[in-house]
Amino acid sequence: MIAKYTRNLPVHLVLIAAVIVFAFPVYLAFIGSTWDAGTISRGDMPLTPGPDFVENYTNILTSAQGVRTKGIAVLPLLWNSLQMALAIAIGKIVISILSAYAIAFFKFPFRMFFFVLIFVTLMLPIEVRIAPTYKVMSDLNLINTFAGLTIPLMASATGTLLFRQFFLTIPDEFVEAAKIDGAGPLRFFWSIALPLSRTNIAALFVILFIYGWNQYLWPLLVTTGREMETIVIGIVKMLSTGDANTDWNLIMSGTMLALIPPVAIVILMQQWFVKGLVQTEK
Amino acid sequence: MERRVIFNNRILPYFLLAPQIAITLIFFFWPAGQAIYQSVLRQDPFGLRTTFVWFDNFQTILSDPLYIEAIQVTFTFSIAVTVFVMVIALLFAVLADRQIRGAQTYKTLLLWPYALAPAVAAVMWLFIFHPSIGIVGKALNTAGIEWDYHLNGIEAFILIVVASSWKQIAHNFLFFLAGLQSVPVAVVEAAQIDGASPWKLFRSILFPLISPTTFYLLTINLVFSFFDTFGVIHALTRGGPGRSTTTLMYKAYIDGYVNLNLGLSAAQSVILMIIVSIIIWVQFKYVEGKVHYT
Repeated sequence: MIAKYTRNLPVHLVLIAAVIVFAFPVYLAFIGSTWDAGTISRGDMPLTPGPDFVENYTNILTSAQGVRTKGIAVLPLLWNSLQMALAIAIGKIVISILSAYAIAFFKFPFRMFFFVLIFVTLMLPIEVRIAPTYKVMSDLNLINTFAGLTIPLMASATGTLLFRQFFLTIPDEFVEAAKIDGAGPLRFFWSIALPLSRTNIAALFVILFIYGWNQYLWPLLVTTGREMETIVIGIVKMLSTGDANTDWNLIMSGTMLALIPPVAIVILMQQWFVKGLVQTEK
Repeated sequence: MERRVIFNNRILPYFLLAPQIAITLIFFFWPAGQAIYQSVLRQDPFGLRTTFVWFDNFQTILSDPLYIEAIQVTFTFSIAVTVFVMVIALLFAVLADRQIRGAQTYKTLLLWPYALAPAVAAVMWLFIFHPSIGIVGKALNTAGIEWDYHLNGIEAFILIVVASSWKQIAHNFLFFLAGLQSVPVAVVEAAQIDGASPWKLFRSILFPLISPTTFYLLTINLVFSFFDTFGVIHALTRGGPGRSTTTLMYKAYIDGYVNLNLGLSAAQSVILMIIVSIIIWVQFKYVEGKVHYT
């Protein structure tokens, strides 16, 4: 691989430039979150941190009282986003691991029918059925409820396909040995299949947490009161008209708070993240 | 593929399947069925009488110049995002695939934007490209290039393409890098011994060998730019100025959720379902045939 080692400097330069371009919007958002609203809206914000870091973050977390607008404190919104992301991630894993176990380890009438039914949901993302889904939600009185916000996002084919594929790789000898030892299907699931799925669960959890945290269209439809709002929706609402007279310092503090949890998870759990991303999309 | 050894139980599997099937039926198939049913009906303005109108709603939609415009915007937008994302991601991946110092660090530093919500990414890009307070937007205006995404449709379009692409470049980068790293070293070395230039190596060896990845990413990016970019458009342009950033997805949201036109929005839903189904079907058809995975 001699040729691969040569002329590395230009490669480094391009990659460093790429890293800087990628990080620049976040750097600028951070800078914006450390200055006062006036400096930013006059259009002369420097490229170095300002003096108002503590003030801005305290403000956005607890009251969101801007110079020009009254926002909504984001601490409860962060809590809502966290609950939603956890509920979706955990709910989806539980539901899909159970259905995958049924499909992989049993033979029963209509098994393939159910499998196809689950599979077809890949072709029905929420985006293509907004109006009718909203109607179903209001018929069931689920608008503006935590259940309505999370349960419809818990079923999808990806988790089931992933776990089914993994379960098919568990050697037959394991099942035979368990049967000889008198273990039933539930015992086998709890003592063998579930522990063996640990890495798959961790990988899927990382992906699903990010998926849940970043939901936009669904919370926008289902939440009508501000007490149910998520952080992502809350920030866009603060942006409202997006003119120069917005309290940019607060919006940027909120933006930083909205992006830190999912970005931290990707960086800290990178190996699970990469595994999960490659697996869920295969 | 099937398991040879299985458990015998008549009732348990149905209990295990019940939660997922229940959610799937209530929140996926019921609404989808409603959409198909509504798409062939028409309600009078007072909602008192409903008549069966065959494919009239589809005819209305497909002959509506606004809908045709949304189709054009959607395809221009999707192609712009897909090409932009894939060219840049592939370039980064080819560079990071070289055995250079710090390759793993570069990987981490190029991967994290995947975690960003499209709407949050949009807010950050607006902070850069805002005509009066954004660092780039203001510089453009000072330099005499009139930049205001509120007024200029093309500029609004460019802004949503850039904001949408950022996160997706990180995603594509990971898959291209994985694809490149799965190319056997011996193949690359053989080409180098034969004196292939880096460009020739890429064009004749690497690019053909990663074509399954490329095709897969193509479909993923199309689905992403059709649907997941809703947050970007909703946060930045609300489909405007005029209708220059109104995609099919955004139009379906406006007609179905804001204007509450049931028959027409149902017909739009059905059209979107057909589009997704075709993309997913093609993807599985192709992936099944060409890619081998365990």
